[in-house]
Amino acid sequence: MNNVAINPNTIDNGVNVEALLGAREALTAAPAAARFQWRAACEWVRGTHSRTSIQSFSGLGEEQSHKTSTSFDTDHPEIFASEDAGPTPVEYVLVGLAGCLTAGVAAVAQNRGVQLHSVRAVLSGDMDIQGILGIDPDVRNGFDNIVVKFDIDADASRADIEAIVAQSQKRSAVFDAIANPTDISVVVA
Amino acid sequence: MGSDAGTVTTVVIGAGHAGLAISQRLSGQSIDHVVLERGEIANSWHTERWDSLRLLTPNWQNALPGYRYEGGDPDGYSTMPEISKFINGYAKSFAAPVRPNTLVTSVKKTGDGYLVQTSAGIWKCRSVVLASGACNKPAIPKIADALPASIRSLAPMHYRNPAQLDTGGVLIVGASATGLQLAQEIQRSGRQVTLAVGEHVRMPRTYRGRDIQWWMDAAGILDRKIVDEDDVLRARRVPSPQLIGTPDRESLDLNVLTGEGVSIVGRLAAIREETALFSGSLRNCCAMADLKLNRLLSEFDEFASTTPGIDNIELPERLMPTQVAQRTQLKLNLSQQNVRTVIWATGYRPDYTWLDVPVLDQKGKLCHDGGVVGKAGVESDGLYAMGLTYMRRRKSSFIYGATQDAMDITEHLYNFLDRDAWQRRNKSLVSNSIRRIENIPQSTHSANYRRFGGI
Ligand SMILES: Cc1cc2nc3c(=O)[nH]c(=O)nc-3n(C[C@H](O)[C@H](O)[C@H](O)COP(=O)(O)OP(=O)(O)OC[C@H]3O[C@@H](n4cnc5c(N)ncnc54)[C@H](O)[C@@H]3O)c2cc1C
Repeated sequence: MNNVAINPNTIDNGVNVEALLGAREALTAAPAAARFQWRAACEWVRGTHSRTSIQSFSGLGEEQSHKTSTSFDTDHPEIFASEDAGPTPVEYVLVGLAGCLTAGVAAVAQNRGVQLHSVRAVLSGDMDIQGILGIDPDVRNGFDNIVVKFDIDADASRADIEAIVAQSQKRSAVFDAIANPTDISVVVA
Repeated sequence: MGSDAGTVTTVVIGAGHAGLAISQRLSGQSIDHVVLERGEIANSWHTERWDSLRLLTPNWQNALPGYRYEGGDPDGYSTMPEISKFINGYAKSFAAPVRPNTLVTSVKKTGDGYLVQTSAGIWKCRSVVLASGACNKPAIPKIADALPASIRSLAPMHYRNPAQLDTGGVLIVGASATGLQLAQEIQRSGRQVTLAVGEHVRMPRTYRGRDIQWWMDAAGILDRKIVDEDDVLRARRVPSPQLIGTPDRESLDLNVLTGEGVSIVGRLAAIREETALFSGSLRNCCAMADLKLNRLLSEFDEFASTTPGIDNIELPERLMPTQVAQRTQLKLNLSQQNVRTVIWATGYRPDYTWLDVPVLDQKGKLCHDGGVVGKAGVESDGLYAMGLTYMRRRKSSFIYGATQDAMDITEHLYNFLDRDAWQRRNKSLVSNSIRRIENIPQSTHSANYRRFGGI
């Protein structure tokens, strides 16, 4: 990197890199604490509308909690004969991906001493709904293509910005969850 | 070759059991015809199957119109030479008019019938029965394109025995009868097999002391008609049941394979560089297959308890649920794990590249209504099919399913020729009544199908 003119100490992307690096060191020594579990609890409302809330999780060897509980409404648009009480679940997948990659950009930039001025991302996920409707069994249900476009204003060259974005994908949990298979069990309690 | 081979009422393409079954019925109705076969009778059974294969249907189910298995082992399962002998015996039994070594290269519609071009001249005919088989080509998913060139890609129709393979590991994609049978044979040959499992149909070889095919037949499961299915496409895509025909009537399922050391993984989702990625849906696919199996067995139990005369059967039982590892393997680095061969047990598809009649849909599938070929809403025009997957009944693609299908199709074809002859006669006699005749609501072929086929 080539940011000679900038003093890393004055860079502030609002990310506490020290704490992250500290955590990395601590968890290398105690890997069991690195196991986290993220949770969501969903309740069907009506039709295709349901509400999922999030508060507790576990990590660092104990139960943890967000400061407040957040709830998310999911539904489908009216063209699906639904009431559109919220985004479709697949759109939330994009929310997760956007949030994860963007957080990664901020953290990587901070670590590399790059001051960000603005970071915008536009996401699109293509899907052929012949899959979920069972019209054509050769068509998959999920996204067949996802594109994330970052527009970043930062004190860095384009190549450096691209490197930050690449590194953010490399470390992204949601990127990995989408791009790679995951073991999943859906059971009846 | 452009030479004239002759004129017949009906040309049957293919001398497998399906073409011969229709030929026997046509002979019975004195409809003059020929059966054109690119190779020899029962060609597929001696050129496209592996060495150890036995039918998964018992010998007593080797039954065709006017012919049946008469050997001493009705509960056994035919080897390839045995089934070939059976089909050849059938052709001989009614002197089927088979023209061997006659490759059909094109079928075209003419004003009043069809032109069938072959490697041995051109046949003119009024009607055609496509009995060229549903399994002419391997159906291999696009993912295969990403397989590194250093790894051999093989379809079951080109597999003969393990000795033909490199000594390294083998990835088998697909958990139908074929996938499981090959997995067992190849694992036993000392090669490490990984089996990628998507949706599948689990079945024990015997249940309550009887062959599963006996139950399927007796309880009428295989008689189910396609007209009664609400999702035809889905019904036609159900993979073949996980069965094998062995002298010991062994069952073959994923638990058996796991016990023999086969590594069971999820559906193949992608190949990236040298790594195969498997879906995390394995547990769900297995749970679904177990649920469906139990539903089927309950149906048999119900059938047994409500049908008089079914005695001497053992007590109901349920199979051990399919065991899936606590953590399923999601990745396999093919070169690091020394996987040398990938076998695509992902099914077959028919080949209609020679069919120059506009009866294929946008995906290349033959449009037909219970074997009466034609696009929906278009009057059938003397073109028929035999032997397609779940063509009219669930048993349509089985050997013993050909009997009823051949009778139904022959009846439709007979009526078609009859109506056709009547129309032509009237056309020439009373020309001004043509309009009236043609305006008779000449039931679309689906209405015909209901009339003739919905028996
Ligand atoms: C591996 C495997 C195992 C099976 N096991 C069983 C079983 O246990 N029990 C059971 O009941 N069914 C079984 N089946 C299903 C079915 O019985 C077979 O697929 C059977 O071969 C189908 O018979 P068919 O007459 O429809 O087609 P085929 O036997 O394939 O006959 C079609 C004929 O048409 C010829 N042909 C094709 N194209 C042309 C052309 N252009 N010109 C001239 N001739 C042509 C071919 O050479 C062939 O001889 C199995 C199928 C497979 C693939």
